[in-house]
Formats: sequence, C-alpha cells, structure tokens
Amino acid sequence: MTIEGRAFVYGDNVNTDVIIPARYLTSPDPARLAEHCLEGLDPEFLKEREKGDIVVGGKNFGCGSSREHAPVALKAAGVACVVAKSFARIFYRNAINIGLPIVECAEAADGIKRGERVRIDLTEGEITNVTTKQSWGFAPLPQFAQEILAAGGLMKYAVAKKKGS
Amino acid sequence: MGSMTITEKILAAHCGKQSVEPGELIQARLDLLLANDITAPMAIAEFEKAGAKRVFDAQRLVLVPDHFTPNKDIESAEQCAVMRRFAQKHKIGHYFEVGEAGIEHALLPEQGLVVPGDAMIGADSHTCTYGALGAFATGVGSTDLAAAMISGETWFKVPESMKFIYKGRLGEWIGGKDLILMTIGDIGVDGATYRAMEFTGPVIRTLAMDDRLTMCNMAIEAGGKNGIIEPDEITREYVRHRAKRLPVYFTSDPDAHYAVVKEYDVSELEPQVAQPHLPENVCGVSEITTVTIDQSVIGSCTNGRISDLQIAARVLEGKRVAHFVRCIVIPGTWEIYREALHDGLIEIFLDAGCVVSPPTCGPCLGGHMGVLAKGERAIATTNRNFVGRMGHPESEVYLSGPAVAAASAVAGRIVHPEEVL
Ligand code: SF4
Repeated sequence: MTIEGRAFVYGDNVNTDVIIPARYLTSPDPARLAEHCLEGLDPEFLKEREKGDIVVGGKNFGCGSSREHAPVALKAAGVACVVAKSFARIFYRNAINIGLPIVECAEAADGIKRGERVRIDLTEGEITNVTTKQSWGFAPLPQFAQEILAAGGLMKYAVAKKKGS
Repeated sequence: MGSMTITEKILAAHCGKQSVEPGELIQARLDLLLANDITAPMAIAEFEKAGAKRVFDAQRLVLVPDHFTPNKDIESAEQCAVMRRFAQKHKIGHYFEVGEAGIEHALLPEQGLVVPGDAMIGADSHTCTYGALGAFATGVGSTDLAAAMISGETWFKVPESMKFIYKGRLGEWIGGKDLILMTIGDIGVDGATYRAMEFTGPVIRTLAMDDRLTMCNMAIEAGGKNGIIEPDEITREYVRHRAKRLPVYFTSDPDAHYAVVKEYDVSELEPQVAQPHLPENVCGVSEITTVTIDQSVIGSCTNGRISDLQIAARVLEGKRVAHFVRCIVIPGTWEIYREALHDGLIEIFLDAGCVVSPPTCGPCLGGHMGVLAKGERAIATTNRNFVGRMGHPESEVYLSGPAVAAASAVAGRIVHPEEVL
C-alpha cells in the first residue's frame, strides 16, 4: 500500500483535545468532526486540507483522551497517514482499528517540512520526501495490523474474516 | 514459573497462562467493560454494523452518561438516547440514569462494580483509575470496546512495569494529587508510554483509597497503560461492603522485574501545580507568584470524591470566594453529594459563594457548566490542561489538588492554602 500527499508538520504532544476539541463530541458524524479537525492548533489546516494529506508530528502524538473521534476526524478530513516520532498508546490502537495508517519514524519526522510532498510505502516500510529526495526506512506494522488497515478497519476485517471462514 | 509483577499476574490469570512476559501478545478474558455518553454511541454503531445480536454478558457492561449530562443540548441528548435505547434493548445490567449516575471513575469503585483482581477495559482513557484497587484497567477506543462487547475478550501487549517508591512523611495539605503531579513532572507526559506504573512504598501503604484513585487516575497523563497499587488492608476495608463480585488479591513478587525503579522522599514536598499546557509542567505552589484566576473547579474523576470536598470545605469554611471569581464544586457521584450534604459541606460551599453542580464531567473537558472564555484562566482539580481543554483555545488551565484550588478561589490568584487560613 503506497500513499502520497502533502505534509502538515506539527510538534510534540499533539493531543486529542486539539485534534478534535471535546465540545464537538456531541456528534459522532465523521463529516462534522472533520470540520473542526485541528482547529485549535492550526486553523490554516482546515482551509488548506485536501484528500491525501499527510500529518507529521513529534513525539507522543495523540496523547490524552481515548476518543476515537480523533483519528476519525483526521481520516474524514482527508488525512491519509500520520507520521510521528512516537504515538500515545490508545491513539495508536484506535488509528489502526478505524483504518488510518500510522508510521513511527523519528528521522522522517525531523526531515519533512510543511508543504513538502511525501510518499509512504507501508508494506516495504519506506518514506520518501519527494521534494527533497530524501528517504528513510521504518519497521512496517505487524502483518495483522496491515490486514486491518487494508480491510478499512477492525470491524470490517472481523466481518470479512467471519465470512471467509 | 518466573517472578511476576501484579500487572503480569492479573494478565496471566486472564489468558489462562501460568506466566506472561512483557512484550507478549495475549488474548485476555475481560471481567468488565465500560463506556460513556461520548464513546458508547460510536461503539454501539460499530457493534451493530458488525451485525452483532447480543452483548457477550449484559451484566458485565457498564454504561454511564456523565460527560454532557444532564444533557446540555439536543445533540448530546440524542447521543444519550442511543445509549439508553441500547441499554433497554439489551437489558444492560448496569446502566445509570441521571439522578443515580455520577462521573464514571468515581462511580464504579464506589458501587463495587470493579473489584481487586479484575482485568477490564473502558472506552475512556481514565479507566486506569481502578488500578488503585489492585485491578488491571486500561482505556481503549470505541471500536476495541465494540469488539469486546461481542466476544468478552481483547488483545493486549503485556506491558513492562515501572516501580515508583514513595518514602517519608506527607506534610499537611499534601495528597495523592501532589504525588502524581510530582511524578509526571519528573518523568514527563510520555515517560510511561506503553508501561504499567506501579505505586508503592511506605507512603502508599498508609494512603487513603481516595488518594490512591487520584494517583492511578493520572497514570495516563504520563502515557501509562495502567496504574496499579497492590491491595492491602486499606483496599480490603474499602471493598468490604461494596464488592458486587468476589475480589482476588494479587501482589508483586519481591524479585519481579521492573524496567525502571524510581524512589522519592516526599517529606519536603509542597503542594504541586501543573502550569499550562501540559500536565508535566509541574512546580511547587510557592514558585507561582501573582497568577490571577477567573475560575476554580473542584471536582472530576481525579478529585471529586468526598475527601477532596472535605479538604476544600476546610479551606472555604467561613471565607468568601473572591469578587469576580467563579468557584464550581462538583461532587463526583450522588453518594458523595449526599454525604457532603449530610456533613454540612454543601452549606459551607454555598456560604462561601460557590456554585454546587450535579455530578457531571462538565467543565473538565470544556463540555458545559463552566466553560472558559477567551483569555480566561482557571485552576482546576482535574487532570488535563491541554490547549482549549476547558473552553476557548486561548484560555488557560492550571492543575492542582483541592486545597490549592479552594484557597486560590478565595485569594483570586494561585496560592498555598496557608495563605488564606
Ligand atoms: S471527569 Fe474529566 S477526565 Fe474524568 S471522565 Fe470526565 S471528562 Fe474524563
């Protein structure tokens, strides 16, 4: 699975309260959540976002609340992948479960600037900064996590598996 | 069989193994599942999308409407309606309606729904609170919860454990909140990511259950998978008349392995405050000079229990909240509310000019009942001070225990409790 898009770059500890503030959690509708994604951290994101964008963060991306609304909001806002130095535990699990690809790679997180084009090969474990022509390797997700992502999330994966067996 | 920590023992017992090791992936049987008015509707949608017909055990799912309740608007009411209808249809054993509910993490231990030795998940990050009882409890998202509602199981990676030993004597006005803030200040907001945080040492052995719950509650603020405290006489006393199921008491082996061991002498500790916008920005209250406040919030799953209200009342008795400052007191559950009423605490709060809210998460997550305007500043006994957590992205939250929050309400700025007594 290969993804290519434009980068939005943020710092450490991007928490779920800035990804989607709690006051918008009165609705689970992904399209509604997308309208407020990252609004407290970077209002420009909402104006510029396009399908296929890549969000790059520092360490502890997604810390805070367990709200699955956070990866849902990113995905619905068009984000195709999140690259970070490290992820908070619950966000990591949630992202895979709802089918949002995530990549842990500190070197890439340091080597990408806002607006640059980035290509990510999830299967091979390679990130390329298309703009600067730099590349980095990363450990691909475990097989079962890749299968969940390919199916579009944990529930779709479970249903498909049940039908197949 | 190798030596194990309490976390490893509980996980081993729930996956039918003699022993487990950190890093091992296990499929664990769950004793209890929890969701609230924000996370349950999403879990229910996933449950139904998967074509599931029934919950694996309706007695083991707890549903608590607490975040936006009593409902603040039509949308949040709709979410509660989804949850209520699901509870009716599936005959969920533990559904709490407004009037009997409370903040989930204050409610579950109080009602004896979670017991020592349990392995459980909740679709709320502060599910780690229950480690105070000697249970393994961790937060998950709605999809993980939905899958567990069907199967009664989930997968875990067995976490490495970190041991935190607290020695010395706790000074006056120092409680569990100060210990955990100090610890997060030391290790940082990702200092325990993926790991179990085990709190121990002589100070913990004499620490009251309310303070233990406060400590384990904030394990997630250091990135921890769970917080945990070995059960002892204080635990047994707490669960004696509450436990709805049989407790199982696990302890760590003396030679169990820890990835990190930290030791603190807390005799000289002063009340701790976390400054905006991260729970790791911790300092002693004396280091904060002339920080004025617009609001003080005393409540939440961290510090909304009866002993927290007692401490706040001790500071507020015979005083008045400063002019132009709002002080909002939120008992965590109706049992706490009733006890506070019975013991005269509510009257002390009213006389001091506080507003007493029904049990709800309310302002803790910027939901309702005390949302901040642009440029406003609050001190709160809650657990997170991220950008925009209590309202406008340009508002600020300082975190503290109930003594500092109450004293600051009186002074109109952040102060040590002694300053107003
Ligand atoms: S009181 Fe605050 S931290 Fe606790 S469950 Fe409610 S919103 Fe979450």
